Amino acid sequence: MAVARAKDVALAARIDGLDLPKGGWLGEARSKAMDRLVAMGLPTKRDEYWRYTNPSSLVSAGAPTSAVFNPDDETPAFDQIGRLKLVFVDGVFDASASDDLAMTGVSIELLSDVAKTDIHWARDLYGVLETRGQSPVERPLAALNSAFATEGVLIRVSARAAKPIHLIYHSNSVTSDVMLHNCVKVEAGANVTLLESGPAAARFIQVMEVDVAEGGVCHHVRTQGRNHERCAATHVFARLAAKARFKSFTVTANGRLTRNEAVVELIGDDAAAHIAGAAMGDGDFHHDDTVFVTHQGERCESRQVFKKVLKNGAIGVFQGKILVKQGAQKTDGYQISQCLLLDEDSQFLAKPELEIYADDVKCSHGSTSGAIDETALYYLRSRGVPLKLAQSLMVLAFLAAAIDEIDDELIATDIRERLQNWLSRHEH
Amino acid sequence: MAMLETEVRDGVDRETVEAVQAMSGKYKYGWETEIEMDYAPKGLSEDIVRLISSKNDEPAWMLEWRLAAYRRWVKMEEPHWAMLAYPAIDYQDQYYYAKPKSMSVKPKSLEEVDPKLLATYAKLGIPLKEQALLAGVEAPEGERRVAVDAVFDSVSVGTTFKAELAKAGVIFCSISEAIREHPELVKQYIGSVVPPSDNFFATLNCAVFTDGSFVYIPPGTRCPMELSTYFRINAENTGQFERTLIIADKGSYVSYLEGCTAPKRDTHQLHAAVVELVILDDAEVKYSTVQNWYPGDENGKGGIYNFVTKRADCRGDRSKVMWTQVETGSAITWKYPSCILRGDDSQGEFYSIAIANNAQQADTGTKMIHLGKNTKSRIVSKGISAGRAQNTYRGLVSMHPKAKNSRNYTQCDSLLIGDKCGAHTVPYIEVKNNSSRVEHEATTSKVDEDQLFYCRSRGMDEEEAVALVVNGFCKEVLQALPMEFAMEAQSLVAISLEGSVG
Repeated sequence: MAVARAKDVALAARIDGLDLPKGGWLGEARSKAMDRLVAMGLPTKRDEYWRYTNPSSLVSAGAPTSAVFNPDDETPAFDQIGRLKLVFVDGVFDASASDDLAMTGVSIELLSDVAKTDIHWARDLYGVLETRGQSPVERPLAALNSAFATEGVLIRVSARAAKPIHLIYHSNSVTSDVMLHNCVKVEAGANVTLLESGPAAARFIQVMEVDVAEGGVCHHVRTQGRNHERCAATHVFARLAAKARFKSFTVTANGRLTRNEAVVELIGDDAAAHIAGAAMGDGDFHHDDTVFVTHQGERCESRQVFKKVLKNGAIGVFQGKILVKQGAQKTDGYQISQCLLLDEDSQFLAKPELEIYADDVKCSHGSTSGAIDETALYYLRSRGVPLKLAQSLMVLAFLAAAIDEIDDELIATDIRERLQNWLSRHEH
Repeated sequence: MAMLETEVRDGVDRETVEAVQAMSGKYKYGWETEIEMDYAPKGLSEDIVRLISSKNDEPAWMLEWRLAAYRRWVKMEEPHWAMLAYPAIDYQDQYYYAKPKSMSVKPKSLEEVDPKLLATYAKLGIPLKEQALLAGVEAPEGERRVAVDAVFDSVSVGTTFKAELAKAGVIFCSISEAIREHPELVKQYIGSVVPPSDNFFATLNCAVFTDGSFVYIPPGTRCPMELSTYFRINAENTGQFERTLIIADKGSYVSYLEGCTAPKRDTHQLHAAVVELVILDDAEVKYSTVQNWYPGDENGKGGIYNFVTKRADCRGDRSKVMWTQVETGSAITWKYPSCILRGDDSQGEFYSIAIANNAQQADTGTKMIHLGKNTKSRIVSKGISAGRAQNTYRGLVSMHPKAKNSRNYTQCDSLLIGDKCGAHTVPYIEVKNNSSRVEHEATTSKVDEDQLFYCRSRGMDEEEAVALVVNGFCKEVLQALPMEFAMEAQSLVAISLEGSVG
């Protein structure tokens, strides 16, 4: 009981001063999310799914301060790609910096604009996939977001989107504490690419719910990085109907604490989900990928590919799970998590899980960890490549397998260049 | 043999299916020995702990140790993190001490042991005679002998070859005898690997363990024969709580075998054992188990609840431990034989084949804790599920910051027979230095590349080559089991991991 009471106190402190808006379709969704949150309480480091990542900075009453990152310090993300931009500054939509939201086959609305209406298509999505994703593993921060998110984007895609939609999250405040909630509904046969970039806030709690109907395709690529002091917990909840495809890739460089959760349900037959990530960490960097893929339909495919490069005491965490339900025959599940430790101080903590209840399936998982291959390094040096460059080449080669998960070559190139740039800044 | 009707998908080896069925179709050891027993009153209390201690003529320090454990246990909560579903255990609704009446005066030699007890072990294929051969086992080249400690419910019935082992300086006796005869050794090492605070079931064991085996191998000694303990639960509503302590002093070697069976009964019975291995510099211990407790009937009625804590402490440099386990019995298995690789250059190996059928549930695996430099560990786990069984591999590989240049290789494969069972893998990997290498694989396609290349160069296609290498390895594990288990191993040789799902 003492523990339960401590959780109540922590929750009360965390939500003190936050507004729980009532009314409209969203009011009901928020109050249900609040009920879920109260029932669960906030996570503590004693929880099984937080054993490797201390959630204290995410659950503390106030956001820890974070020095503002100067965005001019590097080329803006996805700059070479024709895209529709939506800009948020510390969680507030900046219309003047954003493009016109009209695009053929795509409806883009802001959560704050439609929250007060009585009915909205997003009612069947907002908090719905998040709720489904609360079992068997609780994700209280996602419920916190559903209850209190002040802004977000509601995207409904009914055809092939002419260009990618890019959500840019700027931050100008050392204490900003932001929760954004995005909903993406991809209708049958429709196709969309979502890009995300930017530090967002000193503390950022995000939820994105993605519902892909039959034959629909959703690509998601995001960069998180180089603002060293922020902490972030993001959640992607995706539900896939028959023949739907969902691909999500994240590249992360630094950040004091990043927890990226992905919860994917393959409901229909012949659906495919690929979740991948590349992370580079330096110093007091803590990066956590927590993935849960559920196979329910037959003949579905899922891939989890995660690579991390760590140095100077950075910590990398991977908690991946494939759950194959009874009847999900001919499932093809694959999971790999690999870590390159560049020095003695860094740590890799992994829990690659399988839970299988169907007999005609193929599921494999692998996890490796170690230092740079000295033989390969020696080979490069013997060919006249300087040590630092040789190391960089090896790191890029190591991360390449994760970047290969990106379908769009232009986007993949952008990511590769960004990595190269980050790598050169962190050489020493 | 209801299993035969199970639809088995293509790619799963027929022989494997039949072997799994044959193994669990009829439990061979389900008969009961009718023998008069002395019971302690049902239930658990400080008085019961005192009674067990006094029945074993224990010194005061041992009783204090037990009572401290009991007081701790009362405040502990039963863990439920394992993927096991079972009704709450009523710890007050069973006997904690049951001893055959004929054992009330401890027999001085095997000749004095109640013939009924001797017959029980003879029927199990473990004759308690100092003879070279075991029932049903072909005579191997040269003379091969196995010393046996037989534990029947709460007491050790007898230990063979004691005198001859003593000549080599090896102490092999029941733990109750060791507490009386060799208190200095017991006091020094008991609880030093699995402390009384370790976990709920281990703490319970500390309080109520009744007997078990004790082994001490002196420095530089290669134990002249294999040692074994055979555990038999016979009495109804009785838990068995045995404790095994093996100390391999510097430069010594011992191979130790363990077997277990129980009669068929409709009620569940609790078995909570603790095994501690202490391995000093350059010593090596091989510990092999064939766990064949009564698994319950097809509908999950009856069967043993097996909650076991086994741990080896490779305390010395260059020490080595090898756990081999074949788990076919028990309704519930909760067991993680672990290695603490404390000494530099120490090695731990874990080979496991776990077969769960009908309503059986197994949550088993290992922990490899690398503390010393240049330590090596290898985990090979094969899990097979059939019927409505759930089979989970749970393991931890931990590389501490000081465990420089250490290596771990883990391979765990699962095979499902039928679509109503489950196979799960829950590995924890914690790497805290960069000179160590950790590899976890759970695919049949990722077998030894050199072996694969060899097979392929001989014209085999990839799939054939993989199957050959994996099956060959599975057999290799089984063949590594000592002769004692030849009978069990033979029935397992038909198992192949073709069609593994990872």
